[in-house]
Amino acid sequence: MSTTSISAASLTVGESRTEVVLENISRTQIVMYAGASGDYNPLHSDEIYVTQVAGYPTVFAHGMLSMGATGRIVTDWVGNGRLSNYGVRFVNQVWPGDTLTATATVAAVREEGGQHLVDFTINTVNQDGKSVVSGTATARVDA
Amino acid sequence: MTISRFPVEASHTMMFARAIGDLNPVYSDVNSPEAIEAGGVLAPPTFTMAGAQFDPGNHLIPKQGEPWFGSAKEPTGVDRSSGGAGVIRLHAEQHFEYHRPLMAGEVLHTVERDGTSWEKSSSRGGVLKFEEKFIDYVNTASNEVVVTARFVSVQPPAPTPPTAATSTPAEQK
Repeated sequence: MSTTSISAASLTVGESRTEVVLENISRTQIVMYAGASGDYNPLHSDEIYVTQVAGYPTVFAHGMLSMGATGRIVTDWVGNGRLSNYGVRFVNQVWPGDTLTATATVAAVREEGGQHLVDFTINTVNQDGKSVVSGTATARVDA
Repeated sequence: MTISRFPVEASHTMMFARAIGDLNPVYSDVNSPEAIEAGGVLAPPTFTMAGAQFDPGNHLIPKQGEPWFGSAKEPTGVDRSSGGAGVIRLHAEQHFEYHRPLMAGEVLHTVERDGTSWEKSSSRGGVLKFEEKFIDYVNTASNEVVVTARFVSVQPPAPTPPTAATSTPAEQK
């Protein structure tokens, strides 16, 4: 949540940060995301539908809940409003009770068009170490 | 699916930030040092997904007088006896390009275009069918593209449900 942004000179390729971004995810947290996002798909909140019709063992989190939570690993590091790109693949489903731990690793520090940019690789795993979200981000930083 | 008016409001960014577990006051408190430095309340990086609230074609919001595929009196409100089998689509990838930070107080609209589609063999058997869509979130006042989103969905091989027949609408995620 720092109000100051980080400088390119202070970052080293290979450096990483790890943080728990969602702990023991509740069904209520998933419902909160449905309400805020407008994605009311019953796959995420309706135990009867999801078990009896869709054929899943229980409800599961929106991929975008995991992606949204994961973004904090980068924004807490580089500062607010600094992202230029952020993209992920949803690798595995996230279930109630899961705890998600995100890791961002500096992949490159570069300059493009007069801007200093930092590329990160991002991986978020559940409590079993299984990847659930995998992707990259790029942030504009100070010189 | 085009959104004609998507007002970005601070109460909404607060709710969204809370829902993703990010309590950074830059997304909620205009008087916080973080928001003052940013020039106002910022939208979280994935906030444009909440434009779905303003999409009149969003089939993932129940509408009065229309069947809802979630449970009520029955496990699903869709008539399965009709045999109208839909397909489940899951969210496979999501990418954002930020042309600049998105602020509370802006009003956006979207410009959407289809991308490519492709197929891949599933390690669990069957074929995965992918579709790509691009969405520009445009500041309506300045006509400036603020965020470009790339949405990739996948139609997985049919799951094995506990009941024999399922009928679910397309475009689930």
